[in-house]
Amino acid sequence: MSLLSLSGISREVVLPDGSLLPILTGVDLEIAPGEHVSIVGRSGSGKSTLLNILGLLDNPTAGTYLLDGEPTDHLRARRRSRLRGEVFGFVFQQFNLLPRRTAVENVAAPLLYARGRDFLRRRRTAAEMLDRVGLGARADHVPERLSGGEQQRVAIARALVRAPRVVLADEPTGALDVETGAQVMALLAEATSENGAALITITHDLSVAALASRRYRLDGGRLSPLVEAGSLGAATSDRGTA
Amino acid sequence: MTGVLGALSEAWDEVRVHKSRVVLSLVGVFLAVFAMTSVTAIGQIAAQVQQETAERTGGRPATIAVQAFDPMTGMPPDAEAWDVAVAELTGRYDLTTSATISYGEGLYRMPGGTQRVQTVRVSPSYGELHRKQPVEGRWFREGDRTSLSPALVVNEAFLEALGVPDLSSRPTVMLGGPTPVRATIVGVLREGYGSELVAYRVDRSGGSWGDAGAVDPMQAMYGGPSTLKLWVHPDQVDQVMETVRRDLGLALDGAQVDPYRMDAEGVEETLAVLRLAIRGAGVVVLILGGLGVLNIGLVTVRQRIREIGVRRSFGATSGRVFSAVMLESVCATALAGVAAVGAAVVLVRNLPVERWFSDGIPLADAPGFPVAAAIEGMIAATAVGALAGLLPAIIAVRAKVIDAIRF
Ligand SMILES: Nc1ncnc2c1ncn2[C@@H]1O[C@H](COP(=O)(O)OP(=O)(O)OP(=O)(O)O)[C@@H](O)[C@H]1O
Ligand SMILES: [Mg+2]
Repeated sequence: MSLLSLSGISREVVLPDGSLLPILTGVDLEIAPGEHVSIVGRSGSGKSTLLNILGLLDNPTAGTYLLDGEPTDHLRARRRSRLRGEVFGFVFQQFNLLPRRTAVENVAAPLLYARGRDFLRRRRTAAEMLDRVGLGARADHVPERLSGGEQQRVAIARALVRAPRVVLADEPTGALDVETGAQVMALLAEATSENGAALITITHDLSVAALASRRYRLDGGRLSPLVEAGSLGAATSDRGTA
Repeated sequence: MTGVLGALSEAWDEVRVHKSRVVLSLVGVFLAVFAMTSVTAIGQIAAQVQQETAERTGGRPATIAVQAFDPMTGMPPDAEAWDVAVAELTGRYDLTTSATISYGEGLYRMPGGTQRVQTVRVSPSYGELHRKQPVEGRWFREGDRTSLSPALVVNEAFLEALGVPDLSSRPTVMLGGPTPVRATIVGVLREGYGSELVAYRVDRSGGSWGDAGAVDPMQAMYGGPSTLKLWVHPDQVDQVMETVRRDLGLALDGAQVDPYRMDAEGVEETLAVLRLAIRGAGVVVLILGGLGVLNIGLVTVRQRIREIGVRRSFGATSGRVFSAVMLESVCATALAGVAAVGAAVVLVRNLPVERWFSDGIPLADAPGFPVAAAIEGMIAATAVGALAGLLPAIIAVRAKVIDAIRF
């Protein structure tokens, strides 16, 4: 069974003049546990919207989204929030670290919403997680004193600290130079697979997309498998191996 | 359980991280609670002073004064008979809170020559009834009745006329008359108008008017009529007056007995109004402080929308977002409340409040720092925090997550 299953997902927004603007149209997507999927697309193609729907931050206007085989459309707000915290970890393009909190406090922050042991042991868990991304020595630094690459590594540690089953990364290398971006991306891919979590990466960068086992492109709100020049067969065969 | 802990630690982190902003927003609440608590405390001391001042002249509520006359001649009853009748009356009804007072003039040998001074003869319990609180030395005790050297309590002008700066030299003064006697000054009161000299002596049971140190008999007679004062519960005034009229009338063999109430009725009501006005002012200041907190809360919640969006991505429920913003406000104002109440206690303790209001006469019942004012201050601070946190908390909950984390 798929972990996440989208079929016929559409998202429209009502513009101020009353007209409807379609952002996503008829998106079908299956994600299995632990796999790495990338989605490329031009700016404004609806990538973030798709990721927000996957992460239960936004709702589709049509179609079915099954999480663990269960429909998500009539979840109560409270349950949605809980599921979001338990199932997903987010990595943002702008890192979105909490300002003026140290690295370890940032990594511990998601555990404030966990319960029992996870909540009580949050600082220790966070420190271990920072070690894993190689920032143990920077635990007491505030984001303002970390480089972009370091900030994104803190964000990766934070996304993984609750051991999510899916990590959603929205242009994780978008604010980094090419070399740092490659390092961060390698870390993200490695750490998520170590955790056994699925990774869905949104990117402009084809070399980042190439790290994934399955690749898609989003164009004008429509999702299709990415066909790379010269590897036409690879793209389709990837689907089968996933 | 860990949910509550989580919300609390989140709020506390917030306060800790944004110390300067929090402190800034709390200046208003701090000042308001500080002002309200201090003003209430000072006001209560002022009211106490006011009340004691009124009681010094009129007696404490309810004070009944009783005098007796011969209905035919208008002369007071024989002194001995009066004393016996009064002693019997107070004994029979166990009237512990009673005092007698009579006015006369005494002859005192001052450095500038013998002088007539208005002398009030009272029983020691008169001091409690009229809140006599010496600025130096003490008021009379029962033991003074039997002391060989009559005890005197005088006013400051008297002491000055005697040429003595204070009581450290244990000053004495000769009471004139046919057989002079040396009296000891045991206490100094602040009273009398201008340079008027006033002296108090223990009442007749400490020696009759005619004895050494008393006056010329004419004066004694005019000043003579002794008044009995009774301090009773205000509800019992009528009943006591009736009993006294009947019993004393019988004991004094047909004398006309006139009891009347002499404390300033209505002082309590005036003071209640005063206290109400003070509290009203405090509430207004507090509301202004609360608006300050609300204002800063509204500004900062807008700046924090992104952060709230990020926390939503961690799985924060609406309830958690709401209580985090709310608790932050409450935690902070409660802290400001503690600080303000503490500061008010320090201030009121160290200000010479009594000097300002009562011309330096110490209070008989000095109120401590009013605990009620302190508790009220704390409650008010917390309530202001909750009220001022409400609107920002609603805004935080309503913020659209995807807009918040968009860049
Ligand atoms: N609430 C909304 N109201 C109006 N338009 C919206 C709304 N949300 C998204 N859009 C529009 O939908 C389109 C897709 O938005 P989205 O953020 O998903 O794009 P994206 O692919 O992530 O782009 P980028 O690469 O620049 O981040 C954009 O043109 C955006 O302006
Ligand atoms: Mg985007």
